[in-house]
Amino acid sequence: MKDAMTDTILLAHGSGGKLSHELVQSKFLPFLANPILDKLDDSAIFEASGRLAFTTDSYVVNPIFFPGGDIGKLAICGTVNDLAMSGAKPLYLSLSAIIEEGFPLSELEQIIKSIKAAAEEAEVNIVAGDTKVVNQKQADKLFINTSGIGIVPDGVDISGANAKAGDKVILSGTIGDHGIAIMSQREGLRFSVPVESDCAPLNKLVAQMLEASSRIHCLRDPTRGGLATTLSEFARQSNVGIVIQEDKIPIKEGVRAACELLGFDPIHVANEGKLVAIVEPSDADNVLAQMRQNHYGRDASIIGEVTNDYPGKVIMKTRLGPSRIVDMLSGELLPRIC
Amino acid sequence: MKFIDEYQNSELARKLAQRIATHSTRPISLMEFCGGHTHAIMRYGIRQLVPQTIEMRSGPGCPVCVTATADLDKAIALAHLPGIIITTFGDIVRVPGSYSSLQQAKAQGADIRIVYSTMDAVEIARENTENSVIFIGIGFETTAPTIAASLIKAQQEDIQNFYVLSLLKLTPPVMKALLDLGEVKLDGIIGPGHVSVIIGSHPYNFISADYGVACVISGFEPLDILLCLDKLVEQIQTGQPQVEIAYPRGVKPEGNTKALELMNEVFAIDAANWRGIGIVSQSGLKINDKYHQFDAEQAFSHLLPPDMPVREPKGCRCGDILRGVALPGDCKLFGTVCTPERPVGPCMVSSEGACAAYYQYQSV
Amino acid sequence: MCLAIPVRVVSIEGDEAETEIAGVRRRVSIMLTPQVNVGNYVLLHTGYAIGIVDEAEAKETLKLLEEIASLSEVH
Repeated sequence: MKDAMTDTILLAHGSGGKLSHELVQSKFLPFLANPILDKLDDSAIFEASGRLAFTTDSYVVNPIFFPGGDIGKLAICGTVNDLAMSGAKPLYLSLSAIIEEGFPLSELEQIIKSIKAAAEEAEVNIVAGDTKVVNQKQADKLFINTSGIGIVPDGVDISGANAKAGDKVILSGTIGDHGIAIMSQREGLRFSVPVESDCAPLNKLVAQMLEASSRIHCLRDPTRGGLATTLSEFARQSNVGIVIQEDKIPIKEGVRAACELLGFDPIHVANEGKLVAIVEPSDADNVLAQMRQNHYGRDASIIGEVTNDYPGKVIMKTRLGPSRIVDMLSGELLPRIC
Repeated sequence: MKFIDEYQNSELARKLAQRIATHSTRPISLMEFCGGHTHAIMRYGIRQLVPQTIEMRSGPGCPVCVTATADLDKAIALAHLPGIIITTFGDIVRVPGSYSSLQQAKAQGADIRIVYSTMDAVEIARENTENSVIFIGIGFETTAPTIAASLIKAQQEDIQNFYVLSLLKLTPPVMKALLDLGEVKLDGIIGPGHVSVIIGSHPYNFISADYGVACVISGFEPLDILLCLDKLVEQIQTGQPQVEIAYPRGVKPEGNTKALELMNEVFAIDAANWRGIGIVSQSGLKINDKYHQFDAEQAFSHLLPPDMPVREPKGCRCGDILRGVALPGDCKLFGTVCTPERPVGPCMVSSEGACAAYYQYQSV
Repeated sequence: MCLAIPVRVVSIEGDEAETEIAGVRRRVSIMLTPQVNVGNYVLLHTGYAIGIVDEAEAKETLKLLEEIASLSEVH
């Protein structure tokens, strides 16, 4: 007879003893198995040579399940993308979970399945992991940290400081989807949107782009703070001006409407499956064409260019004609969206 | 989006701007009394579209900005009372009071929840019967009927733990107060679009009749604002000031009678304390006797510690900016000491504040 | 605080209505506009419909804008 207690996470699951082992064996390993992880040694041992990329991120998104994904999918895609944005081929990830006592095992299983699916799509293995359990109310359901290692191919030199006057700015698709999908789940807002989070692993898209051009100067995914923040970062790091056209920025009608409703500017709303590339002008059309062949770049568009005027600033030519300065997000727009 | 996109047509905007430029032959001074207009004018670059002869200043149209520090201090003090849940619209939480802010109070453990509607505040009261839920009632006549509706609902359902701290303010009285102050020579007023959906156009008649100032009520899309400016220029140039509705799809001369009825049911007119202006008689709404059991002021004031002296932020010119006497750029703190990340005064915090709008939408 | 935005009434239940704009759905109170009908557009402010959009006037305004625009061609 099933005991209600065994349907949820208990403190003992994090103590390192029998229940911990059972948790790993029955919930994590069946989905994430690979030769390195299966060893269950204290460290994962592997060979890797070349320039290594290394990144880490923690995920505290609320709610943990949202249209288009969940915290598990986000945890894999976010870290895979950070590696990809450096031009690296992602290899291995670690996965740490801090779970609140009482968290339903069925939900944990769902999240691990999402993690498996995302890792498979990105073709990465999870080779190290950890689970801790804390008392009720000491963590909000589930927090995840993933760290990732990748290899940067020779000749690839991508950095936010590399933008040069004349470069074209390419955006891989519609903005604001993730942030709005999250907001629609917030209690008390009572609105539903025909929009899903765009959460996706972009490493294959980036690989295609790198094949199309060796002169991609900058790459970044506009997560928290949105497109405006990412472009501002580039402008400051490279000490250049960036001029974009409002009417070239792809945006779904539902996102536009939700932003009007909530009083948000879409250029500040988070994305989890988009990238901004700054590319040598003569390669831009080719890179764009390649991007559009990939599902995650199907709506890609050239939205602007880099200039020596207005160093450190981002200027947007609005639909009506006048131009205005676009800045990083100030303060908080959406708490805990990634 | 219907009733939005059609009023953003750039071709029509250009032509309208051209026409205004042709007709506006001498300098005129206009003021908008709605934070939403301040925001829209900046967002769409209206100043760059219209000729230099038209000077536009922002008035006290941002409900968060005109909330007096003393009132904000009271809201923060209420937040610290045991068993209280504060519900509020978002903007006010980051405004610095004399000693703290609602955001800081939250970090110190006060239960403060941002809501998008008074409906949500009432729902929180239903779900937390052991707590007293206080809604910080900031707004003008657009918001007042929504608060009235929530109190009527609360009374119908006999909800015992819902309260409103009414800091609601009225637009025509503050317009009169500013015109009487006479610090800025105004030729025309851009009338608030959604306040007018509620109150109609009649309450503004005194503006043209007694002060000879033109008043055209405007919508919020770029074509709405340009149309309003076109009509204002025409009125002013021909020397025939009157009250006109340039937003007839939303505003009727008699306003929304149902909304006004609900406001009368719940509120009584009282004096109000406006940042930058001081006490203006008959310019605010307080909860009337019939609904006194929902008045947070009556229910909790006696529990508050004695008033600490009110401290206004040093060097902050919010008050001057709200009266149209200064522009955000005139304030020495603007963009240097006072930024959206570290705001000194409310005009930089609120999405409808002039300083925040100028900062976010800096023109090139 | 947000502006009021025009949304279409999809259905009415008592003093609330289900509204829609570009696929985004929002439940709103119609206590301030009890005379509203399905298919009307209302101005939504903080969860309440504060007024019903007058579609005839909306058309008139657009006509006026277009007339004004064509006049300025002459200049």
